[in-house]
Amino acid sequence: MKLIIAYIQPHKLNDVKAELTKEEVAKMSVTNSLGAGAQKGYTESYRGVKFDVNLLKKVRLEIAVNQEFVDKTVDAIIRGARTGEIGDGKIFVLPLEDCIRIRTGQRGGDAIG
Amino acid sequence: MRQKKYLLTAVLVLLMAGTALAETPETADTVQINLNVVWTLVAAILVFFMQAGFAMVEAGFTRGKNAINILMKNLMDFSVGSLAFFLVGFGLMFGQTNGLFGTTLFGMSGVEPGTDWNWTFLIFQTVFAATAATIVSGAMAERTKFVGYLAYSFFITLLIYPIFGSWAWGGLLDGGGWLENMGFLDFAGSTVVHSVGGWLALAGAIVLGPRLGKYDKDGKPRAILGHNIPIAALGVFILWFGWFGFNPGSTTEGDGMIGYIAVTTNLAAAAGAVMAMATAWALLKKPDASMALNGALAGLVAITAPCDGVSPMAAILIGAVGGVLVVLSVLFFDHIVKIDDPVGAISVHGVCGAWGTISAGLFNMEYGLFYGGGFAQLGVQLVGVLAAFAWAFGLGLVMFMLISKTIGLRVSAEEELKGLDIGEHGMEAYGGFQIFSTT
Repeated sequence: MKLIIAYIQPHKLNDVKAELTKEEVAKMSVTNSLGAGAQKGYTESYRGVKFDVNLLKKVRLEIAVNQEFVDKTVDAIIRGARTGEIGDGKIFVLPLEDCIRIRTGQRGGDAIG
Repeated sequence: MRQKKYLLTAVLVLLMAGTALAETPETADTVQINLNVVWTLVAAILVFFMQAGFAMVEAGFTRGKNAINILMKNLMDFSVGSLAFFLVGFGLMFGQTNGLFGTTLFGMSGVEPGTDWNWTFLIFQTVFAATAATIVSGAMAERTKFVGYLAYSFFITLLIYPIFGSWAWGGLLDGGGWLENMGFLDFAGSTVVHSVGGWLALAGAIVLGPRLGKYDKDGKPRAILGHNIPIAALGVFILWFGWFGFNPGSTTEGDGMIGYIAVTTNLAAAAGAVMAMATAWALLKKPDASMALNGALAGLVAITAPCDGVSPMAAILIGAVGGVLVVLSVLFFDHIVKIDDPVGAISVHGVCGAWGTISAGLFNMEYGLFYGGGFAQLGVQLVGVLAAFAWAFGLGLVMFMLISKTIGLRVSAEEELKGLDIGEHGMEAYGGFQIFSTT
Protein backbone atom coordinates (compact mmCIF):
# COMPACT_ATOMS: atom_id res chain seq x y z
CA MET A 1 0.00 0.00 0.00
CA LYS A 2 1.19 3.48 -0.83
CA LEU A 3 0.07 7.00 -0.04
CA ILE A 4 0.41 9.27 -3.05
CA ILE A 5 0.62 12.98 -2.31
CA ALA A 6 0.58 15.37 -5.23
CA TYR A 7 0.85 19.15 -5.36
CA ILE A 8 -0.65 20.53 -8.56
CA GLN A 9 -1.81 23.82 -10.04
CA PRO A 10 -5.36 24.56 -8.77
CA HIS A 11 -6.77 25.02 -12.26
CA LYS A 12 -5.49 21.56 -13.28
CA LEU A 13 -7.61 19.76 -10.68
CA ASN A 14 -10.47 19.06 -13.07
CA ASP A 15 -8.13 17.57 -15.70
CA VAL A 16 -6.39 15.42 -13.09
CA LYS A 17 -9.71 14.17 -11.73
CA ALA A 18 -10.84 13.30 -15.26
CA GLU A 19 -7.65 11.29 -15.87
CA LEU A 20 -7.95 9.51 -12.50
CA THR A 21 -11.55 8.58 -13.28
CA LYS A 22 -10.38 6.90 -16.48
CA GLU A 23 -8.06 4.70 -14.36
CA GLU A 24 -10.92 3.98 -11.95
CA VAL A 25 -9.27 5.85 -9.12
CA ALA A 26 -12.16 7.68 -7.53
CA LYS A 27 -11.16 8.11 -3.88
CA MET A 28 -9.09 11.09 -2.92
CA SER A 29 -8.78 14.00 -0.51
CA VAL A 30 -8.17 17.48 -1.85
CA THR A 31 -7.00 20.41 0.22
CA ASN A 32 -5.90 23.95 -0.42
CA SER A 33 -2.25 24.55 0.18
CA LEU A 34 0.38 27.21 -0.23
CA GLY A 35 3.83 26.35 -1.44
CA ALA A 36 7.14 27.62 -2.71
CA GLY A 37 8.94 25.71 -5.41
CA ALA A 38 10.88 26.60 -8.53
CA GLN A 39 8.27 29.21 -9.46
CA LYS A 40 9.46 32.59 -8.30
CA GLY A 41 6.06 33.92 -7.25
CA TYR A 42 4.75 37.33 -8.23
CA THR A 43 4.53 40.88 -6.99
CA GLU A 44 1.35 42.34 -5.60
CA SER A 45 0.80 45.91 -4.64
CA TYR A 46 -1.57 47.46 -2.16
CA ARG A 47 -2.15 51.22 -2.17
CA GLY A 48 1.19 51.83 -3.84
CA VAL A 49 3.21 49.52 -1.64
CA LYS A 50 4.70 46.50 -3.39
CA PHE A 51 5.23 43.13 -1.79
CA ASP A 52 6.37 39.75 -3.04
CA VAL A 53 4.09 36.78 -2.90
CA ASN A 54 6.42 33.80 -2.70
CA LEU A 55 3.95 31.19 -1.48
CA LEU A 56 1.70 30.27 -4.36
CA LYS A 57 -1.71 28.67 -4.29
CA LYS A 58 -1.59 24.94 -4.95
CA VAL A 59 -3.93 22.03 -4.51
CA ARG A 60 -2.80 18.99 -2.53
CA LEU A 61 -4.17 15.60 -3.47
CA GLU A 62 -3.87 12.57 -1.19
CA ILE A 63 -4.67 9.17 -2.60
CA ALA A 64 -4.14 5.86 -0.81
CA VAL A 65 -3.78 2.95 -3.26
CA ASN A 66 -2.84 -0.71 -3.40
CA GLN A 67 0.46 -1.58 -5.05
CA GLU A 68 -0.99 -2.42 -8.47
CA PHE A 69 -2.58 1.04 -8.74
CA VAL A 70 0.53 3.08 -7.94
CA ASP A 71 1.88 3.53 -11.46
CA LYS A 72 -1.54 4.04 -13.01
CA THR A 73 -2.36 6.74 -10.47
CA VAL A 74 0.95 8.53 -10.85
CA ASP A 75 0.70 8.47 -14.65
CA ALA A 76 -2.84 9.78 -14.56
CA ILE A 77 -1.84 12.69 -12.33
CA ILE A 78 1.01 13.54 -14.69
CA ARG A 79 -1.24 13.41 -17.74
CA GLY A 80 -3.73 15.73 -16.11
CA ALA A 81 -1.36 18.22 -14.53
CA ARG A 82 1.56 18.48 -16.93
CA THR A 83 1.98 21.59 -19.10
CA GLY A 84 5.77 21.51 -19.35
CA GLU A 85 6.06 24.83 -17.53
CA ILE A 86 7.76 25.44 -14.21
CA GLY A 87 5.16 25.11 -11.46
CA ASP A 88 3.38 21.99 -12.70
CA GLY A 89 3.95 20.41 -9.29
CA LYS A 90 5.37 17.32 -7.57
CA ILE A 91 4.24 13.86 -6.64
CA PHE A 92 5.43 12.00 -3.52
CA VAL A 93 4.88 8.27 -3.01
CA LEU A 94 5.06 7.11 0.62
CA PRO A 95 4.80 3.61 2.13
CA LEU A 96 1.56 3.14 4.02
CA GLU A 97 1.51 1.05 7.21
CA ASP A 98 -2.16 0.29 7.40
CA CYS A 99 -5.57 1.46 6.40
CA ILE A 100 -8.76 0.95 8.42
CA ARG A 101 -12.31 1.56 7.24
CA ILE A 102 -14.11 2.95 10.27
CA ARG A 103 -17.57 1.71 9.32
CA THR A 104 -16.66 -1.98 8.94
CA GLY A 105 -13.37 -2.33 10.74
CA GLN A 106 -11.78 -3.78 7.57
CA ARG A 107 -7.99 -3.45 7.44
CA GLY A 108 -5.25 -3.21 4.80
CA GLY A 109 -5.83 -3.57 1.07
CA ASP A 110 -9.53 -4.36 1.45
CA ALA A 111 -10.16 -1.08 3.20
CA ILE A 112 -8.54 1.03 0.49
CA GLY A 113 -10.53 -0.01 -2.60
CA MET B 1 -58.60 66.54 -0.17
CA ARG B 2 -55.58 66.71 -2.43
CA GLN B 3 -56.96 69.84 -4.03
CA LYS B 4 -57.36 71.44 -0.61
CA LYS B 5 -53.77 70.70 0.40
CA TYR B 6 -52.56 72.11 -2.84
CA LEU B 7 -54.51 75.31 -2.29
CA LEU B 8 -53.25 75.61 1.26
CA THR B 9 -49.64 75.28 0.13
CA ALA B 10 -50.21 77.84 -2.55
CA VAL B 11 -51.74 80.31 -0.12
CA LEU B 12 -48.92 79.77 2.37
CA VAL B 13 -46.33 80.30 -0.30
CA LEU B 14 -48.10 83.43 -1.51
CA LEU B 15 -48.14 84.80 2.04
CA MET B 16 -44.45 84.05 2.46
CA ALA B 17 -43.72 85.57 -0.89
CA GLY B 18 -45.43 88.73 0.20
CA THR B 19 -43.00 89.18 3.06
CA ALA B 20 -39.65 87.67 2.16
CA LEU B 21 -39.51 87.50 -1.61
CA ALA B 22 -41.48 90.48 -2.69
CA GLU B 23 -39.60 90.81 -5.95
CA THR B 24 -40.33 87.29 -7.25
CA PRO B 25 -43.86 86.42 -6.24
CA GLU B 26 -44.20 82.67 -5.76
CA THR B 27 -47.17 81.01 -7.35
CA ALA B 28 -48.56 77.51 -7.28
CA ASP B 29 -46.79 77.00 -10.62
CA THR B 30 -43.35 77.72 -9.26
CA VAL B 31 -44.01 75.46 -6.29
CA GLN B 32 -44.89 72.70 -8.72
CA ILE B 33 -41.76 73.40 -10.77
CA ASN B 34 -39.58 73.21 -7.67
CA LEU B 35 -41.35 70.04 -6.57
CA ASN B 36 -40.58 68.56 -9.99
CA VAL B 37 -36.92 69.49 -9.57
CA VAL B 38 -36.75 67.97 -6.10
CA TRP B 39 -38.49 64.75 -7.13
CA THR B 40 -36.39 64.34 -10.29
CA LEU B 41 -33.17 64.88 -8.35
CA VAL B 42 -34.19 62.43 -5.62
CA ALA B 43 -34.99 59.93 -8.36
CA ALA B 44 -31.59 60.57 -9.99
CA ILE B 45 -29.92 59.81 -6.66
CA LEU B 46 -31.91 56.57 -6.37
CA VAL B 47 -30.89 55.56 -9.88
CA PHE B 48 -27.27 56.40 -9.09
CA PHE B 49 -27.40 53.87 -6.26
CA MET B 50 -28.26 51.21 -8.84
CA GLN B 51 -24.57 51.34 -9.78
CA ALA B 52 -23.86 49.81 -6.37
CA GLY B 53 -26.54 47.21 -7.08
CA PHE B 54 -24.97 46.22 -10.40
CA ALA B 55 -21.53 46.08 -8.79
CA MET B 56 -22.74 43.73 -6.03
CA VAL B 57 -24.78 41.48 -8.36
CA GLU B 58 -21.87 41.06 -10.73
CA ALA B 59 -19.25 40.59 -8.01
CA GLY B 60 -21.43 38.02 -6.25
CA PHE B 61 -22.23 35.98 -9.35
CA THR B 62 -18.57 35.65 -10.37
CA ARG B 63 -15.46 34.16 -8.78
CA GLY B 64 -13.54 35.71 -5.91
CA LYS B 65 -10.37 35.98 -7.97
CA ASN B 66 -12.06 38.54 -10.25
CA ALA B 67 -13.93 40.66 -7.69
CA ILE B 68 -11.66 43.70 -7.79
CA ASN B 69 -11.77 43.72 -11.57
CA ILE B 70 -15.56 43.78 -11.67
CA LEU B 71 -15.77 46.52 -9.05
CA MET B 72 -13.25 48.62 -10.97
CA LYS B 73 -15.25 48.16 -14.16
CA ASN B 74 -18.39 49.35 -12.38
CA LEU B 75 -16.63 52.33 -10.84
CA MET B 76 -14.97 53.33 -14.09
CA ASP B 77 -17.88 52.90 -16.48
CA PHE B 78 -19.81 55.33 -14.31
CA SER B 79 -16.92 57.75 -13.99
CA VAL B 80 -15.77 57.67 -17.63
CA GLY B 81 -19.42 57.63 -18.69
CA SER B 82 -20.37 60.68 -16.61
CA LEU B 83 -17.62 62.72 -18.25
CA ALA B 84 -18.32 61.52 -21.79
CA PHE B 85 -22.07 62.06 -21.38
CA PHE B 86 -21.62 65.59 -20.01
CA LEU B 87 -19.19 66.61 -22.74
CA VAL B 88 -20.81 64.98 -25.77
CA GLY B 89 -23.54 62.41 -25.10
CA PHE B 90 -26.14 64.71 -23.58
CA GLY B 91 -25.88 67.08 -26.55
CA LEU B 92 -26.26 64.25 -29.06
CA MET B 93 -29.29 62.96 -27.20
CA PHE B 94 -31.16 66.14 -26.25
CA GLY B 95 -29.69 69.02 -28.29
CA GLN B 96 -31.50 70.49 -31.28
CA THR B 97 -31.60 67.68 -33.76
CA ASN B 98 -30.46 67.50 -37.38
CA GLY B 99 -32.84 64.59 -37.86
CA LEU B 100 -30.43 61.90 -36.70
CA PHE B 101 -28.87 63.31 -33.54
CA GLY B 102 -28.65 66.47 -31.45
CA THR B 103 -26.12 69.17 -32.27
CA THR B 104 -26.28 71.59 -29.32
CA LEU B 105 -25.80 71.49 -25.53
CA PHE B 106 -22.31 69.91 -25.73
CA GLY B 107 -20.73 70.40 -22.31
CA MET B 108 -23.99 72.24 -21.44
CA SER B 109 -22.89 75.19 -23.57
CA GLY B 110 -25.41 78.01 -23.44
CA VAL B 111 -26.95 76.89 -20.16
CA GLU B 112 -26.43 79.33 -17.30
CA PRO B 113 -25.11 77.83 -14.07
CA GLY B 114 -27.94 78.06 -11.55
CA THR B 115 -31.53 77.02 -11.34
CA ASP B 116 -32.06 76.04 -15.00
CA TRP B 117 -34.08 72.80 -15.36
CA ASN B 118 -31.43 71.45 -17.75
CA TRP B 119 -29.04 70.81 -14.85
CA THR B 120 -31.48 68.56 -13.03
CA PHE B 121 -32.35 66.87 -16.31
CA LEU B 122 -28.64 66.34 -17.09
CA ILE B 123 -27.89 64.52 -13.84
CA PHE B 124 -31.05 62.43 -14.21
CA GLN B 125 -30.09 61.44 -17.76
CA THR B 126 -26.45 60.84 -16.78
CA VAL B 127 -27.38 58.10 -14.33
CA PHE B 128 -29.57 56.52 -17.01
CA ALA B 129 -26.73 56.52 -19.54
CA ALA B 130 -24.43 54.97 -16.93
CA THR B 131 -27.01 52.25 -16.28
CA ALA B 132 -26.93 51.24 -19.95
CA ALA B 133 -23.13 51.23 -19.84
CA THR B 134 -22.78 49.13 -16.71
CA ILE B 135 -25.12 46.34 -17.90
CA VAL B 136 -22.38 45.14 -20.23
CA SER B 137 -19.70 44.52 -17.60
CA GLY B 138 -21.51 41.49 -16.15
CA ALA B 139 -21.80 39.63 -19.46
CA MET B 140 -18.12 40.26 -20.17
CA ALA B 141 -16.97 39.37 -16.66
CA GLU B 142 -13.87 37.35 -15.71
CA ARG B 143 -12.01 37.54 -19.04
CA THR B 144 -12.00 41.08 -20.40
CA LYS B 145 -8.86 43.20 -20.57
CA PHE B 146 -9.35 46.27 -18.39
CA VAL B 147 -8.18 48.88 -20.93
CA GLY B 148 -10.40 47.33 -23.59
CA TYR B 149 -13.35 47.69 -21.24
CA LEU B 150 -12.49 51.34 -20.52
CA ALA B 151 -12.47 52.06 -24.26
CA TYR B 152 -15.89 50.43 -24.60
CA SER B 153 -17.42 52.43 -21.71
CA PHE B 154 -16.19 55.65 -23.30
CA PHE B 155 -17.84 54.89 -26.66
CA ILE B 156 -21.19 53.73 -25.33
CA THR B 157 -21.89 56.90 -23.34
CA LEU B 158 -20.23 59.10 -25.94
CA LEU B 159 -22.07 57.82 -29.03
CA ILE B 160 -23.98 54.55 -29.03
CA TYR B 161 -26.43 55.20 -26.21
CA PRO B 162 -27.09 58.92 -26.85
CA ILE B 163 -27.76 58.64 -30.59
CA PHE B 164 -30.30 55.86 -30.12
CA GLY B 165 -31.70 57.80 -27.17
CA SER B 166 -32.21 60.88 -29.32
CA TRP B 167 -34.47 58.89 -31.66
CA ALA B 168 -36.80 57.86 -28.83
CA TRP B 169 -36.43 60.53 -26.14
CA GLY B 170 -34.87 63.63 -27.76
CA GLY B 171 -38.19 65.47 -27.55
CA LEU B 172 -38.07 65.42 -23.75
CA LEU B 173 -35.82 68.48 -24.15
CA ASP B 174 -34.70 70.33 -27.31
CA GLY B 175 -34.30 67.36 -29.66
CA GLY B 176 -36.60 64.91 -31.37
CA GLY B 177 -36.32 61.73 -33.37
CA TRP B 178 -37.99 59.42 -35.84
CA LEU B 179 -39.00 56.79 -33.28
CA GLU B 180 -40.86 59.18 -31.01
CA ASN B 181 -42.47 60.80 -34.04
CA MET B 182 -43.95 57.39 -34.90
CA GLY B 183 -45.44 57.29 -31.39
CA PHE B 184 -42.99 54.78 -29.91
CA LEU B 185 -43.77 54.08 -26.24
CA ASP B 186 -40.80 53.55 -23.94
CA PHE B 187 -41.60 55.40 -20.75
CA ALA B 188 -38.46 54.77 -18.70
CA GLY B 189 -36.21 52.82 -21.04
CA SER B 190 -36.89 49.08 -21.45
CA THR B 191 -35.46 49.58 -24.93
CA VAL B 192 -33.51 52.84 -24.75
CA VAL B 193 -31.53 51.82 -21.65
CA HIS B 194 -31.90 48.09 -21.02
CA SER B 195 -32.13 46.53 -24.47
CA VAL B 196 -29.37 48.77 -25.79
CA GLY B 197 -27.16 47.65 -22.88
CA GLY B 198 -28.27 44.04 -23.24
CA TRP B 199 -27.58 43.81 -26.99
CA LEU B 200 -24.18 45.43 -26.53
CA ALA B 201 -23.52 42.82 -23.85
CA LEU B 202 -24.47 40.12 -26.37
CA ALA B 203 -22.02 41.54 -28.92
CA GLY B 204 -19.29 41.73 -26.29
CA ALA B 205 -19.83 38.17 -25.05
CA ILE B 206 -19.77 36.83 -28.63
CA VAL B 207 -16.54 38.63 -29.59
CA LEU B 208 -14.87 37.56 -26.31
CA GLY B 209 -15.93 33.93 -26.35
CA PRO B 210 -16.70 31.84 -23.27
CA ARG B 211 -14.55 31.74 -20.13
CA LEU B 212 -11.95 28.98 -19.99
CA GLY B 213 -13.56 25.84 -18.60
CA LYS B 214 -17.12 27.01 -19.25
CA TYR B 215 -17.71 24.33 -21.89
CA ASP B 216 -16.21 20.83 -21.87
CA LYS B 217 -14.88 19.04 -24.92
CA ASP B 218 -18.37 17.99 -26.02
CA GLY B 219 -19.63 21.55 -25.65
CA LYS B 220 -21.60 20.79 -22.51
CA PRO B 221 -21.84 23.84 -20.20
CA ARG B 222 -20.15 23.57 -16.82
CA ALA B 223 -21.21 25.47 -13.74
CA ILE B 224 -18.79 28.18 -12.66
CA LEU B 225 -20.10 29.10 -9.24
CA GLY B 226 -20.55 32.68 -8.11
CA HIS B 227 -18.48 33.30 -4.98
CA ASN B 228 -20.94 35.31 -2.89
CA ILE B 229 -24.67 34.82 -3.37
CA PRO B 230 -25.57 36.97 -0.31
CA ILE B 231 -23.81 39.96 -1.89
CA ALA B 232 -25.57 39.26 -5.20
CA ALA B 233 -28.91 39.22 -3.35
CA LEU B 234 -28.06 42.54 -1.70
CA GLY B 235 -27.30 43.86 -5.18
CA VAL B 236 -30.71 42.81 -6.48
CA PHE B 237 -32.46 44.49 -3.53
CA ILE B 238 -30.46 47.67 -4.19
CA LEU B 239 -31.49 47.57 -7.85
CA TRP B 240 -35.13 47.05 -6.91
CA PHE B 241 -34.83 50.02 -4.52
CA GLY B 242 -33.21 52.14 -7.22
CA TRP B 243 -35.95 51.25 -9.68
CA PHE B 244 -38.39 53.31 -7.59
CA GLY B 245 -36.38 56.23 -8.93
CA PHE B 246 -35.88 54.79 -12.40
CA ASN B 247 -39.58 54.39 -13.32
CA PRO B 248 -41.51 56.83 -11.10
CA GLY B 249 -38.71 59.38 -11.61
CA SER B 250 -39.17 59.30 -15.36
CA THR B 251 -42.33 61.38 -14.91
CA THR B 252 -39.94 64.21 -13.90
CA GLU B 253 -43.04 65.58 -12.23
CA GLY B 254 -44.08 65.41 -8.60
CA ASP B 255 -47.71 64.36 -8.80
CA GLY B 256 -49.91 61.32 -8.17
CA MET B 257 -48.47 59.37 -11.10
CA ILE B 258 -45.28 58.63 -9.21
CA GLY B 259 -47.22 56.58 -6.69
CA TYR B 260 -49.09 54.72 -9.41
CA ILE B 261 -45.92 53.91 -11.31
CA ALA B 262 -44.23 52.74 -8.10
CA VAL B 263 -47.12 50.28 -7.72
CA THR B 264 -46.94 48.88 -11.28
CA THR B 265 -43.14 48.67 -10.96
CA ASN B 266 -43.29 46.77 -7.69
CA LEU B 267 -46.02 44.37 -8.87
CA ALA B 268 -44.05 43.45 -11.98
CA ALA B 269 -40.85 42.85 -10.00
CA ALA B 270 -42.68 40.66 -7.50
CA ALA B 271 -44.41 38.66 -10.24
CA GLY B 272 -41.10 38.28 -12.06
CA ALA B 273 -39.37 36.87 -8.99
CA VAL B 274 -42.23 34.47 -8.24
CA MET B 275 -42.54 33.19 -11.81
CA ALA B 276 -38.78 32.81 -12.30
CA MET B 277 -38.66 30.79 -9.10
CA ALA B 278 -41.60 28.66 -10.26
CA THR B 279 -40.07 28.12 -13.70
CA ALA B 280 -36.71 27.14 -12.22
CA TRP B 281 -38.47 24.87 -9.72
CA ALA B 282 -40.33 23.09 -12.52
CA LEU B 283 -37.40 22.80 -14.94
CA LEU B 284 -34.44 22.44 -12.60
CA LYS B 285 -36.22 20.72 -9.68
CA LYS B 286 -35.16 23.34 -7.12
CA PRO B 287 -36.09 26.98 -6.48
CA ASP B 288 -32.71 28.30 -7.65
CA ALA B 289 -31.85 31.55 -5.86
CA SER B 290 -29.81 33.02 -8.69
CA MET B 291 -32.69 32.50 -11.12
CA ALA B 292 -35.25 34.03 -8.72
CA LEU B 293 -32.97 37.05 -8.28
CA ASN B 294 -32.64 37.36 -12.06
CA GLY B 295 -36.45 37.07 -12.21
CA ALA B 296 -37.02 40.13 -10.02
CA LEU B 297 -34.75 42.11 -12.32
CA ALA B 298 -36.51 40.67 -15.39
CA GLY B 299 -39.87 41.92 -14.08
CA LEU B 300 -38.37 45.34 -13.39
CA VAL B 301 -36.79 45.62 -16.84
CA ALA B 302 -40.01 44.50 -18.53
CA ILE B 303 -42.27 47.01 -16.73
CA THR B 304 -39.90 49.90 -17.42
CA ALA B 305 -41.39 50.74 -20.84
CA PRO B 306 -45.10 50.28 -20.11
CA CYS B 307 -45.19 51.26 -16.39
CA ASP B 308 -47.19 54.50 -16.79
CA GLY B 309 -49.91 53.28 -19.14
CA VAL B 310 -50.94 49.82 -18.00
CA SER B 311 -53.33 48.51 -15.36
CA PRO B 312 -51.99 46.87 -12.20
CA MET B 313 -53.23 43.47 -13.41
CA ALA B 314 -51.39 43.96 -16.70
CA ALA B 315 -48.26 44.93 -14.76
CA ILE B 316 -48.43 41.61 -12.89
CA LEU B 317 -48.80 39.75 -16.18
CA ILE B 318 -45.93 41.65 -17.83
CA GLY B 319 -43.61 40.92 -14.90
CA ALA B 320 -44.71 37.28 -14.74
CA VAL B 321 -43.94 36.71 -18.43
CA GLY B 322 -40.57 38.40 -17.86
CA GLY B 323 -39.85 35.98 -15.02
CA VAL B 324 -40.58 32.91 -17.15
CA LEU B 325 -38.75 34.36 -20.12
CA VAL B 326 -35.55 35.13 -18.23
CA VAL B 327 -35.08 31.54 -17.03
CA LEU B 328 -35.72 30.10 -20.50
CA SER B 329 -33.43 32.70 -22.04
CA VAL B 330 -30.57 32.01 -19.60
CA LEU B 331 -30.84 28.29 -20.37
CA PHE B 332 -31.04 29.02 -24.11
CA PHE B 333 -27.88 31.15 -24.17
CA ASP B 334 -26.02 28.75 -21.87
CA HIS B 335 -26.99 25.40 -23.41
CA ILE B 336 -28.04 26.01 -26.99
CA VAL B 337 -26.21 28.95 -28.52
CA LYS B 338 -23.37 28.61 -25.97
CA ILE B 339 -22.77 32.28 -25.29
CA ASP B 340 -21.18 32.67 -21.87
CA ASP B 341 -22.94 35.38 -19.83
CA PRO B 342 -21.86 34.89 -16.19
CA VAL B 343 -24.62 37.05 -14.65
CA GLY B 344 -27.49 36.66 -17.16
CA ALA B 345 -27.30 40.29 -18.35
CA ILE B 346 -28.27 39.51 -21.95
CA SER B 347 -31.41 37.67 -20.82
CA VAL B 348 -32.42 40.16 -18.13
CA HIS B 349 -31.79 43.38 -20.04
CA GLY B 350 -31.79 42.48 -23.73
CA VAL B 351 -34.54 39.88 -23.92
CA CYS B 352 -36.83 41.18 -21.14
CA GLY B 353 -36.26 44.75 -22.33
CA ALA B 354 -37.58 43.72 -25.75
CA TRP B 355 -40.53 41.92 -24.13
CA GLY B 356 -41.39 44.96 -21.99
CA THR B 357 -41.34 47.24 -25.00
CA ILE B 358 -43.59 44.90 -26.98
CA SER B 359 -45.91 44.55 -23.98
CA ALA B 360 -46.63 48.30 -24.14
CA GLY B 361 -48.14 47.66 -27.58
CA LEU B 362 -50.36 44.97 -26.09
CA PHE B 363 -51.42 46.36 -22.72
CA ASN B 364 -51.28 50.16 -23.00
CA MET B 365 -54.73 51.30 -21.89
CA GLU B 366 -55.00 53.85 -24.71
CA TYR B 367 -53.26 52.30 -27.70
CA GLY B 368 -52.69 48.63 -26.83
CA LEU B 369 -53.94 45.73 -28.92
CA PHE B 370 -55.88 44.25 -25.98
CA TYR B 371 -57.59 47.59 -25.35
CA GLY B 372 -58.98 48.07 -28.84
CA GLY B 373 -56.00 50.00 -30.19
CA GLY B 374 -55.41 47.58 -33.03
CA PHE B 375 -52.02 46.49 -34.32
CA ALA B 376 -50.66 49.97 -35.09
CA GLN B 377 -48.99 50.56 -31.73
CA LEU B 378 -47.69 46.99 -31.57
CA GLY B 379 -46.08 47.53 -34.97
CA VAL B 380 -44.37 50.71 -33.82
CA GLN B 381 -43.11 48.93 -30.69
CA LEU B 382 -41.66 46.16 -32.85
CA VAL B 383 -39.91 48.71 -35.05
CA GLY B 384 -38.32 50.22 -31.95
CA VAL B 385 -37.22 46.82 -30.63
CA LEU B 386 -35.67 45.86 -33.97
CA ALA B 387 -34.01 49.26 -34.40
CA ALA B 388 -32.41 48.93 -30.94
CA PHE B 389 -31.14 45.46 -31.79
CA ALA B 390 -29.73 46.46 -35.16
CA TRP B 391 -28.09 49.61 -33.78
CA ALA B 392 -26.66 48.29 -30.52
CA PHE B 393 -25.75 44.76 -31.59
CA GLY B 394 -24.43 45.84 -35.00
CA LEU B 395 -22.34 48.73 -33.73
CA GLY B 396 -21.34 46.66 -30.71
CA LEU B 397 -19.90 43.89 -32.89
CA VAL B 398 -17.90 46.41 -34.95
CA MET B 399 -16.66 48.26 -31.86
CA PHE B 400 -15.64 45.16 -29.87
CA MET B 401 -13.87 43.69 -32.91
CA LEU B 402 -11.99 46.95 -33.43
CA ILE B 403 -10.99 47.03 -29.75
CA SER B 404 -9.99 43.38 -29.98
CA LYS B 405 -7.77 44.03 -33.04
CA THR B 406 -6.14 47.18 -31.60
CA ILE B 407 -5.78 47.44 -27.82
CA GLY B 408 -7.00 43.92 -27.12
CA LEU B 409 -10.20 42.69 -25.50
CA ARG B 410 -9.27 39.44 -23.78
CA VAL B 411 -6.62 38.64 -21.17
CA SER B 412 -4.15 35.78 -21.65
CA ALA B 413 -5.23 32.27 -20.68
CA GLU B 414 -2.67 32.25 -17.88
CA GLU B 415 -4.00 35.49 -16.44
CA GLU B 416 -7.58 34.26 -16.71
CA LEU B 417 -6.69 31.16 -14.68
CA LYS B 418 -4.82 33.10 -12.00
CA GLY B 419 -7.56 35.72 -11.84
CA LEU B 420 -7.88 39.23 -13.18
CA ASP B 421 -7.43 40.78 -9.75
CA ILE B 422 -3.77 39.78 -9.70
CA GLY B 423 -3.25 40.10 -13.45
CA GLU B 424 -4.94 43.45 -14.12
CA HIS B 425 -4.79 45.16 -10.76
CA GLY B 426 -1.95 43.44 -8.88
CA MET B 427 -4.01 42.89 -5.76
CA GLU B 428 -6.48 40.54 -4.13
CA ALA B 429 -10.06 41.25 -3.03
CA TYR B 430 -9.88 39.16 0.13
CA GLY B 431 -6.45 39.69 1.65
CA GLY B 432 -5.71 37.09 4.32
CA PHE B 433 -8.15 34.56 2.89
CA GLN B 434 -7.18 31.73 0.63
CA ILE B 435 -9.86 31.43 -2.01
CA PHE B 436 -10.41 27.82 -3.05
CA SER B 437 -10.72 28.19 -6.77
CA THR B 438 -10.02 25.24 -9.01
CA THR B 439 -11.71 26.49 -12.17
